[in-house]
Amino acid sequence: MHGIWTMIRQRLLLGMLTLFIISAVIFGATELLPGDLARELLGQSATEETLAALREQLGLNESAPVRYWNWLTGVLHGDFGMSMATNKPISELVGTRLGNTLFLALYAAALAVPISLTLGVLAALWRNSIFDRASNALALTAISFPEFFVAYILILWLAQSGIFPSMVRMTEATTTLDFLYMAFLPALTLTLVVTAHMMRMTRAAIINLLASPYIEMARLKGMSPMRVVLRHAVPNALAPIINVVALNLAYLITGVVVVEVVFVYPGLGQLMIDAVTNRDIPVVQAIALIFACAYVLLNLLADVLSTITNPRLMHRK
Amino acid sequence: MEEDPLLTITDLRIEGRSGELWHPIVKGVNLSLRRGEVLGLIGESGAGKSTLGLAAMGFARDGCRIAGGSIDFDGINLRTAPEAQRRSLRGKRIAYVAQSAAASFNPAHKLIDQYCECPVVHGVMPREQAEADAFELYRRMRLPNPEAIGFRYPHQVSGGQLQRAMTAMAMACRPDLIIFDEPTTALDVTTQIEVLAAIRDIVRQFGTAAIYITHDLAVVAQMADRIKVLLRGHEVEEADTRSMLAAPREAYTKSLWAVRSFARAERPPATGTPVVSVRNVTAGYGAVDVLKDVSFDIHHRRTVAVVGESGSGKSTTARVITGLLPPRKGEVLFNGKVLPPNFKVRSREELRQCQMIYQMADTALNPKLRLRELIGRPAEMYLGLKGKALDSRIRDLLALIELEPDTFIDRLPSELSGGQKQRIGIARALAAEPQLIICDEVTSALDQIVQEGILKLLDRLQAELNLAYMFITHDLATVKSIADEVVVMQRGVVVERGPKAALFAEPKEEYTNLLLSSVPEMDPDWLNRLLAARAGQ
Repeated sequence: MHGIWTMIRQRLLLGMLTLFIISAVIFGATELLPGDLARELLGQSATEETLAALREQLGLNESAPVRYWNWLTGVLHGDFGMSMATNKPISELVGTRLGNTLFLALYAAALAVPISLTLGVLAALWRNSIFDRASNALALTAISFPEFFVAYILILWLAQSGIFPSMVRMTEATTTLDFLYMAFLPALTLTLVVTAHMMRMTRAAIINLLASPYIEMARLKGMSPMRVVLRHAVPNALAPIINVVALNLAYLITGVVVVEVVFVYPGLGQLMIDAVTNRDIPVVQAIALIFACAYVLLNLLADVLSTITNPRLMHRK
Repeated sequence: MEEDPLLTITDLRIEGRSGELWHPIVKGVNLSLRRGEVLGLIGESGAGKSTLGLAAMGFARDGCRIAGGSIDFDGINLRTAPEAQRRSLRGKRIAYVAQSAAASFNPAHKLIDQYCECPVVHGVMPREQAEADAFELYRRMRLPNPEAIGFRYPHQVSGGQLQRAMTAMAMACRPDLIIFDEPTTALDVTTQIEVLAAIRDIVRQFGTAAIYITHDLAVVAQMADRIKVLLRGHEVEEADTRSMLAAPREAYTKSLWAVRSFARAERPPATGTPVVSVRNVTAGYGAVDVLKDVSFDIHHRRTVAVVGESGSGKSTTARVITGLLPPRKGEVLFNGKVLPPNFKVRSREELRQCQMIYQMADTALNPKLRLRELIGRPAEMYLGLKGKALDSRIRDLLALIELEPDTFIDRLPSELSGGQKQRIGIARALAAEPQLIICDEVTSALDQIVQEGILKLLDRLQAELNLAYMFITHDLATVKSIADEVVVMQRGVVVERGPKAALFAEPKEEYTNLLLSSVPEMDPDWLNRLLAARAGQ
């Protein structure tokens, strides 16, 4: 058992190293953006003196490594700095938005994961049947269209007729139930986008195993096809399935930008778009780092889960 | 009065699909089995043994179909019965024991869970009772710690124990019929004996009928009341075991019996500088020493067979000689000169002198290369042959391994049979014009008749080209046919070595004796005698 803790510790350290490298890349990339930040903020009419004063205030006169160091130590203390556009602390700005994005991701995952796993298992069970072909074709169709297109189609069908709202307006009085109702279309869009990947991987992972001698053995023990797939194939296909689910969950958190914009959803994606438009570099950096964190943590979780579900790794000889 | 047979198969025809075409695998076989009787099915790979065995369960593998004939199991027509009814028979009244228990147990579940699945799902008994019953059967199968072993995962249990656990699992619902599909083929000879004895006892205790599928005549002689010989989907002949062994009628059966008669006379012990001299080698992986103080010589034009069970260090010795695993202590001499321990610092000339042939020709040959390139590359790399000279060398090599050059030179490995692939492995080794060839289980994956062809070829090449062979094998019959000297290894130590005839006639070490006496003989009473003798010791 202590092997798993060693592994988690190692992966966490490795994850931190990855994040450190990513933070450097993010900082470097934003450095490369052309133009003068002070001038962007103050406009063309600003005088040299006011520009110089602002540069001084923002610490832009320091060298890049020093500014990187200041930023990084701030982040490590939970201080992402101040938003340049709104002059509010970024942690405050990001806090509620992150909550909204996580909620939407969770909502979409709660729809997409059960649907795609069930479809994947059934497609493997009835492989090459009409069901298999139809679910494959539908899932592939859904994934082939760009997200905004899927979103507009859903709005056309489900929002124009007034069944679901096409925009998410949150007030103090919004209950969770209202929220679920309002966020249904964005969640459904995301579901349609990620289902195909998970479903096809599930199907492939299971079918890969169906030629194994132990599957033939299960059939020769008189087990029903459903039991053969669920009890004998699925436990051995968990590792690839867990990994593809984790990858898609990460996408649900980080890939929401377009969907949030289309549905005017107050999440991180929206915030990032706004920040990019306003040249609010610290906000862009903070969000990029949060997205990276989501990827690293979910991959860590996937690794741990695949290890736990594999008796060969959990129970040594 | 003759009771009704338990299983009657009449004019059974099974087809397999390749692309769009169906080609016959089993071509009209009849079979009849009484309750409590054991029938041996014997034949080479591709004879349709397993297909026939599975058909006795009303089962056809994916890509196969039962095309004609009837299968009657205790009054139930397995061809016309609905799938649900067939399923209710499988595991409950007809059980199956697969060739490789290691691959046929589900790695995700504990043995006891897999054992209990059949009785519980088929509604024979509740889980608690099934567990208690499992302990009893594990005990009868002579598994160590019968009450604990079930709670292990398959990867935590040895191959021989898994095979016994699988037989116990097949017995769980006390079936009327068990299909044993080569249950001991993947085991070492010493382990094989225990499994054979355990299977035979339990089948007799419960009066279970069995179909015992194998390619090993000596094994089937111990297990079966009757033997049926199959060849390419046809029945060759059938008779009760003793009369079949004493007087096979058909030419094909006789040839099967005769295969193991190939034996080359031992050459006299060689003198002079040995080609390879392994001196006090200790080597291993990580902290473990796999080889401990191993020494032996191989002379020109001699074959040294290295025998032992899996894990005894045979292949590791080969890795030390080829420089893939530098030893911790000791050295390897080539023609009296010390070889650098690591292959990376050996000269091309030193590398050329020692070539390998592998067990699985399938995986040892690059499937994307044509034979011209497979054989031509070493000739080009080591000997610098090019153009016409290279082409004629490749043709010579193909002729040497008895494959028609014009027909084969541009073929891909996938267009060859198993035996032909192994011949290409030999040609590739010969292309470097080595003095020593290390043969690692080169015949283990081949049928007996094909094995014989390969052994004869190797023997002829040795005489013509003055080669030295190091022959790694766990098959003592192969050793008997081609070795000059034998090195017996156990757990990384050379237990005994010496000229073949002397070693076989008078083994000095207990382990050598155990190994030699464990090789099944073509005598139905061999297992009884051996068990009695060992019990008496």
